[in-house]
Amino acid sequence: MDLSLTTRQEGNHTVVVVGGEIDVYTAPKLREQLIDLVSGGSYHLVVDMEGVEFLDSTGLGVLVGGLKRVRAHDGSLHLVCTQERILKIFRITGLTKVFPIHSSVEDALAAHE
Amino acid sequence: MPTVELRFAALNGHVRTARMIATAVSRCAGVPAGAADEIKLAVTEACARAVRVNRRHAPQSPVHVALTETPDSFTITVADRGQSGDEVAPGPDGGLVTASTLLDLEPDSAAPPWWSEPAEEESEADGGFPPGLGLALIEGLVDEVQISRGADGVGTIVAMTWHTGPAVAPSDSIL
Repeated sequence: MDLSLTTRQEGNHTVVVVGGEIDVYTAPKLREQLIDLVSGGSYHLVVDMEGVEFLDSTGLGVLVGGLKRVRAHDGSLHLVCTQERILKIFRITGLTKVFPIHSSVEDALAAHE
Repeated sequence: MPTVELRFAALNGHVRTARMIATAVSRCAGVPAGAADEIKLAVTEACARAVRVNRRHAPQSPVHVALTETPDSFTITVADRGQSGDEVAPGPDGGLVTASTLLDLEPDSAAPPWWSEPAEEESEADGGFPPGLGLALIEGLVDEVQISRGADGVGTIVAMTWHTGPAVAPSDSIL
């Protein structure tokens, strides 16, 4: 399955809903999306990963790249993920210390109020 | 003799092909269902690394993947044609470093963490991660990892083995 991306505005947050496989081949699409959002002035991002079936280190790199970009504008990047197989990758790499990870978009938005 | 062998041109789009084949073959080989996610990620990291290395040093050379089943193990080897030591971050004991060490996420690290640096434009060709992260991830996913030189002295072979014998406890991973 390929990568799918949709975005919507929730107050001053932009929610990016990601689905499918994020790997070395598809990750550039996600990177472009994040770069476009930040270039367009969206500095508070929530990336909803509930529909992600696969994530590799390239995908992690893109998320970290997005985090660096929003931080350069005093922004934030929160993740939504409850899938154990995806959470495990964040744990192995220690990135659970870098990203706030929430169990729902509502939680992610509330955490930032 | 390998159960299944695969050679593919050093292109990112084929990494997914290798992932799908490895997943299908591991299923036939009786790898516990809980290890399927580990195999998918490990083979993806190994192949993506080999593609990067070949594109840098030997763009015309294919990446070679061999999947080998024995009665009590399942082994995937991924061979590139680069220079020895490409994207291999050795740990203090000569083994591979862990991903969190490589990413400088250890709590006692004195230097500011790498991810707090402001983003630099065009610096993310490989996701902005240090080389070697793919292998460090593999270290956390696989029962045994062996890194060796190619038989003719060219390239690196990453051999990843999962135990499939009856003594293996069922994994608690959620599928």
